[in-house]
Amino acid sequence: MAEVLVLVDHVDGTVRKTTTEMLTAARRLGEPSAVFIGTGFDAARDTLARFGAVKAYRIESAEVTDHLVAPAAEALAQLVERTSPVAVLLPSSLDGKEIAGRLAIKTSSGVLTDAVDVQPTDGGVQVTKSVFAGDFEAVCASTHGSPVVTVKPNSIAAEEAPAELADEVVEVTVSDAARTARIVERSAKQQTGRPALSEAAIVVSGGRGTGGDFGPVETFADTLGAAVGASRAAVDAGWYPHSSQVGQTGVSVSPQLYVAAGISGAIQHRAGMQTSKTIVAVNKDPEAPIFEMVDFGVVGDLFQVLSQAADTISGS
Amino acid sequence: MNIVVCVKYVPDAQSERSFEPDNTTERESVDGLLSELDEYAVEEALAIAEAGDAEVTVLTMGPEAAAAAVKKSLQMGAHKGIHINDEAIAGSDAVATSRVLAAAIDKIGGVDLVLTGLGSTDGTMSVVPAMLAERLGLPQVTFASELSVDGGTVRIRRDGDVASETVEASLPAVVSVTDQINEPRYPSFKGIMAAKKKPVETWSLADLGVDAGEVGLGAAWTTVVSIEQRPPRSQGEIVTDEGQGGAALAEFLTSRKFA
Ligand SMILES: Cc1cc2nc3c(=O)[nH]c(=O)nc-3n(C[C@H](O)[C@H](O)[C@H](O)COP(=O)(O)OP(=O)(O)OC[C@H]3O[C@@H](n4cnc5c(N)ncnc54)[C@H](O)[C@@H]3O)c2cc1C
Repeated sequence: MAEVLVLVDHVDGTVRKTTTEMLTAARRLGEPSAVFIGTGFDAARDTLARFGAVKAYRIESAEVTDHLVAPAAEALAQLVERTSPVAVLLPSSLDGKEIAGRLAIKTSSGVLTDAVDVQPTDGGVQVTKSVFAGDFEAVCASTHGSPVVTVKPNSIAAEEAPAELADEVVEVTVSDAARTARIVERSAKQQTGRPALSEAAIVVSGGRGTGGDFGPVETFADTLGAAVGASRAAVDAGWYPHSSQVGQTGVSVSPQLYVAAGISGAIQHRAGMQTSKTIVAVNKDPEAPIFEMVDFGVVGDLFQVLSQAADTISGS
Repeated sequence: MNIVVCVKYVPDAQSERSFEPDNTTERESVDGLLSELDEYAVEEALAIAEAGDAEVTVLTMGPEAAAAAVKKSLQMGAHKGIHINDEAIAGSDAVATSRVLAAAIDKIGGVDLVLTGLGSTDGTMSVVPAMLAERLGLPQVTFASELSVDGGTVRIRRDGDVASETVEASLPAVVSVTDQINEPRYPSFKGIMAAKKKPVETWSLADLGVDAGEVGLGAAWTTVVSIEQRPPRSQGEIVTDEGQGGAALAEFLTSRKFA
């Protein structure tokens, strides 16, 4: 069976959930081969095998990890050349999409970003994407080369399918041109103890309506084991970090449950949460556009409503 | 220093969408504008020019109406504009777009800094800057939420979802900026008047030496098989809090097994 390359998304060997989702999608197309760039492979091995990776190509060179995007694209291009995969799957992260873009040009292949579903067609691959702020759903295909697809986190349900994994250390050559943008400093984001926004099953977000007090939003989130998000208005006001912004210019999320508190529901915000399975809003304005799309809404003051809800849930 | 800012003319995000029989976006009846995300790139270029000595050229590709994106940038303060307008580019995907823009940047020549927004507000793929760097063989320094240019070196902060990175490269380079980087200015009355006299050149694919067969819908390496409006979400239950709103919310969440 033909190979499908999957670029492993990991932090020092801790495999992120997106990787298990991509491996699940890859199995529909062919035999998954994980491409592991960086250090920590031993920690990742079991998870990769459990989700069906048959091979792992390990790329450990610091030349790849110390420079932005370009060397990873070169490394993948060399693997594409060698394995002629049915498709290459990458995470829809900043790096993932940019590596995909460069890889597509290097290998003369079509590139499809932000896939929420990936399916085989005879001899090819079809993906579903949500476009125009989530108002439309498009089915797209690549007509050239080995399709390069970036997969949106939390869109495909990961399923285990244990495999025997054979790993191989791959030496790649990195050109001078690919080593021109140096990463001179890297600081890990502060750990909040909450799930990562893009991977969380539940997201609770606060907006301008919090007036800068995210306390009730956080307490409510913690009662549900949720990640905390924010609208751009809340981020621009300096109340919450930009990395928590949900929307067009922030993170795009698709959790099982999305709770919007004190958020009006502007199109740019909707673009980042419209594909959530269940949507709940708390807003004191009954005319707020966010209510048009909710499964359940409370017209009221978020401070009262969230605290009472949190107390009721913790009490029961 | 020579700065080229790549900008895109996009349909207004608030307008209704429809599609042509070939699944491309219907653009005729829709109001368009300079992509808001590109305003940050124009602003950053102007700030660099004001702090030192730089000439800012805005570059766009698109139909006749796309001239509006160039115009707005000139009104903000850019010095000159280039509009690539050619029937053959309609329906171009990211791969073809980067091909055309790279050819234009080559033709302009002597460019020190290529600036772009973080993505377009309509396509939102965010891959063109990386593709441009790939094609031009220049360092890619993208998603800058902070940017400084010092002598021949550009340095940015890039905030990813697990780490924040400082990235450095020598000029010339391709740099994309996020909406965190600055607050774009509004064109002043003086700026609007001055823009009328600024030079704008219109180039065709032939001017760039790009073969029409390499671009446009026919040459795209991807196709849209079908496109459908998602069924509008139907509104569920809305309760008004009269003292028991939080309890009602808790009950809903419990009934759906979220709590
Ligand atoms: C290019 C571009 C990109 C953008 N990208 C994003 C993006 O990625 N993400 C994003 O979110 N926005 C984005 N925006 C901004 C977007 O247009 C809105 O301005 C923003 O989402 C508004 O945030 P908000 O809903 O918190 O604030 P508002 O629209 O001011 O809404 C606040 C809401 O809180 C309610 N409220 C007030 N007090 C209370 C209370 N005590 N209890 C309950 N409810 C209360 C009000 O009724 C109101 O509905 C972008 C805009 C542009 C132009």
